[in-house]
Amino acid sequence: MQTGSGLDKLPGGILVTTVEKLAHWARKGSLWPATFGLACCAIEMMAAGAGRYDLARFGMEVFRASPRQADLMIVSGRVSQKMAPVLRTIYDQMPEPKWVISMGVCATSGGMFNNYAIVQGVDQIVPVDMYVPGCPPRPEMLIEGIIKLHEKIQTGEPRSKLVVQEA
Amino acid sequence: MSEVETPDVERPTSAGAPQAELPELVDEVVVRPGEAHDLPPAATHERVSVSQRRVHQVVAMGGGDWAEVTARAAAEGQDDVMIINMGPQHPSTHGVLRLVVELKGEEVINLQPVVGYLHTGIEKSIEFRTWVQGVTFVTRMDYLAPLFNETGYCLAVEKLLGIEAPPRAQALRVLMMELNRISSHLVWLATTGLELGALSIMLYGFREREEILDILEDVTGLRMNHAWVRPAGVSQDLPDGTEDKIRAFARDMWAKADEYETLLTNNPIWLERTKGIGHLDLDQLIGLGVTGPMLRAAGLDHDLRKVQPYCGYEQYEFDVPTATGSDVYARYQVRLAEMRESLRIVEQVLDTLPGGPVMSTDPKIGWPAKLALGPDGLGNSPAHVQHIMGESMEALIHHFKQVTEGIKVPKGEVYVPVESPRGELGYHVVSDGGNLPYRVHVRDPSFLNLQTGTPMAIGLLVADVIAAMSSIDPVLGGVDR
Amino acid sequence: MTAGHLETGTGTQPSDALQPVLAGLRERFSDAIREISGHRGEVVVELHRDSLVEVASWLRDHPAARFRMLASLTGIDYLKLDDRPERLCADYNLYSFDHNTRIRLKVRVTVEDPHIPSVTGVWPGANFMEREAYDFFGIRFDGHPNLVRIHMPEDWKGYPQRKDYPLGGVDVEYLGAHIPPPDTRRYKGGWTST
Repeated sequence: MQTGSGLDKLPGGILVTTVEKLAHWARKGSLWPATFGLACCAIEMMAAGAGRYDLARFGMEVFRASPRQADLMIVSGRVSQKMAPVLRTIYDQMPEPKWVISMGVCATSGGMFNNYAIVQGVDQIVPVDMYVPGCPPRPEMLIEGIIKLHEKIQTGEPRSKLVVQEA
Repeated sequence: MSEVETPDVERPTSAGAPQAELPELVDEVVVRPGEAHDLPPAATHERVSVSQRRVHQVVAMGGGDWAEVTARAAAEGQDDVMIINMGPQHPSTHGVLRLVVELKGEEVINLQPVVGYLHTGIEKSIEFRTWVQGVTFVTRMDYLAPLFNETGYCLAVEKLLGIEAPPRAQALRVLMMELNRISSHLVWLATTGLELGALSIMLYGFREREEILDILEDVTGLRMNHAWVRPAGVSQDLPDGTEDKIRAFARDMWAKADEYETLLTNNPIWLERTKGIGHLDLDQLIGLGVTGPMLRAAGLDHDLRKVQPYCGYEQYEFDVPTATGSDVYARYQVRLAEMRESLRIVEQVLDTLPGGPVMSTDPKIGWPAKLALGPDGLGNSPAHVQHIMGESMEALIHHFKQVTEGIKVPKGEVYVPVESPRGELGYHVVSDGGNLPYRVHVRDPSFLNLQTGTPMAIGLLVADVIAAMSSIDPVLGGVDR
Repeated sequence: MTAGHLETGTGTQPSDALQPVLAGLRERFSDAIREISGHRGEVVVELHRDSLVEVASWLRDHPAARFRMLASLTGIDYLKLDDRPERLCADYNLYSFDHNTRIRLKVRVTVEDPHIPSVTGVWPGANFMEREAYDFFGIRFDGHPNLVRIHMPEDWKGYPQRKDYPLGGVDVEYLGAHIPPPDTRRYKGGWTST
């Protein structure tokens, strides 16, 4: 999966590097999340967006309902078998560049639900850039994950590859 | 005994021919006035009249398959019917609920809720964990009111054991449950306000909720999904200073409840959007098995805390608020009043809190871990460690068996309901006499309350459907389990 | 048929309000009732499946009973609990507002013939609950307006909450150790014998 920035194709140079840095800074400064709250972690995500742990100071208060207008998908909550295709569809509908935060242990690895009903880690379906553990993670932990993701975006690191486990 | 592979029930591919030996499948039957119809008797429901326009209607919730719905609409020659899929990813459906809405213009002619997008297999997972570990699973179902889930489960286990938790534990359970009820209603108010466009209510609701979560975190250690209520008691007592904190919060909350009242109750926009929307008659609600604020907003003052009290609720003085409108506005009034009643109960519990242990002292039943605050935080109490390691071999054995094997619950089946913020949350627990539960079925209030979506939505505009669905206050974690 | 034998286990007696209901049931439906039992103050009436709708309607409408609310419909698989061939059970939990009482009805069927008449005509709220019992146990409710799966994806094979259906799940590897899924751990019965 290549990085979304078309600027990579230009020859290197000081001018281009600075513009690239500017582009990354702009992207991280207004990362709009798509509403993908599933379960308990969704409530903590809403709390992170509310008054006390304000996500608006990171430019992220606008939770876009339409994935076409979003660039970050915070998968917050357990992903069931029925929900998995929907998750992939929403991910595909988001335009590049896009990032995924897997919030909570259920999204990261299936969490405490190691059974027939839950997908054991959302990275089986979409590539994940940041894993935030917790059950549910405190809003501060989510914000820490978001800030680390900002740092990752600023460096222009290539996106994660999709990890598919052999059955 | 291996599973006999029986074919799943297949739905008809076109609106019509069912498969051979399977039951007659009728997706949805709409009877227009004056039309004759032929239905098998068991499929007829009681008369559901929702608006002046429909005189007699039989409503059945369909499976929601897109192709089938569109095929049926095409077969009936309804060209001007739009079929809209709302969800499961949608900002306004309170979780991963999918609504398949059939619209004629702007007006809804049918709505089918499709659930199961959050199915976690909790009931089956519990069958492979010990009784105390079951608490950690059960608490994650209705994630806005986790303490109710835990308490219901623990009351059912205690009923099977034939014991009661110590009085202080019961009072603490009531205290925490009522605080949780307030926080759940606040989330309802916040999200409903957000969906109807009153965005500031969202921030106010979550602001108050943070105060409650601070208190819950002080007492239980976590903001959500606490696993604090255990069979035969609660795991930790109130730390010092909590009572003052709760009293300060209660004082503050009275004023805040008045603030919400001022903002919304006589607000013309709020009234326009909620009055008369989503009306249901009382007998429809009873027939559908609806409980909780929806039922009380239709005038019936049924509250399990009053009619079948548990955990000592009979000692506290509180009213059961009702309203008569049975629409979204009435449900709002009931929930706001319930927040105030919960504050009354919280203050009474603090005034009458008994002393004593918070966990049963029977070594075969009570959870053995004694926690104490040490220099590195909360951990095993040094006195307890000294006791089990140095003083009593028997205590060590009990501690070991309790933590690894767990309690053994006598054989039997019970059903214990509690009044959660959404209605009757019931636990049907089956035990085979061992240390693992045999079957735990949860009767979740939102699961049954969601069935009102269809009769409520018919005849409404799409924006009103949002208001009506949010007045049900569904929490999909409980619906899907 | 052991109709008429009411055990109360080691708990409290059932409420007085239930006595006329039980008397009426024994009088009218004595051949429909397989067993009346009780545990911890709760009364359970096990019925033969053909009379379920009739008994349910009587319980809903008769003035001494008036069980207008179907509070819960539980599916139970008794495979590991007793040896009867009818291992699938539908347990109906009824509540009466007028008399503030509860009663439970049980209907047991075999896996080979898992048909039970639907009570959606008596209590419309049974709609979702019967779909859930079908989804997880394979009990087919005859007369249900739309019996399709409700929680699992619609093309799922098998009935997950039956006792012979595996829990599923994956092996977990952690720091070189291998942790098997919960249903294969050496846990049941504890470290000492049951």
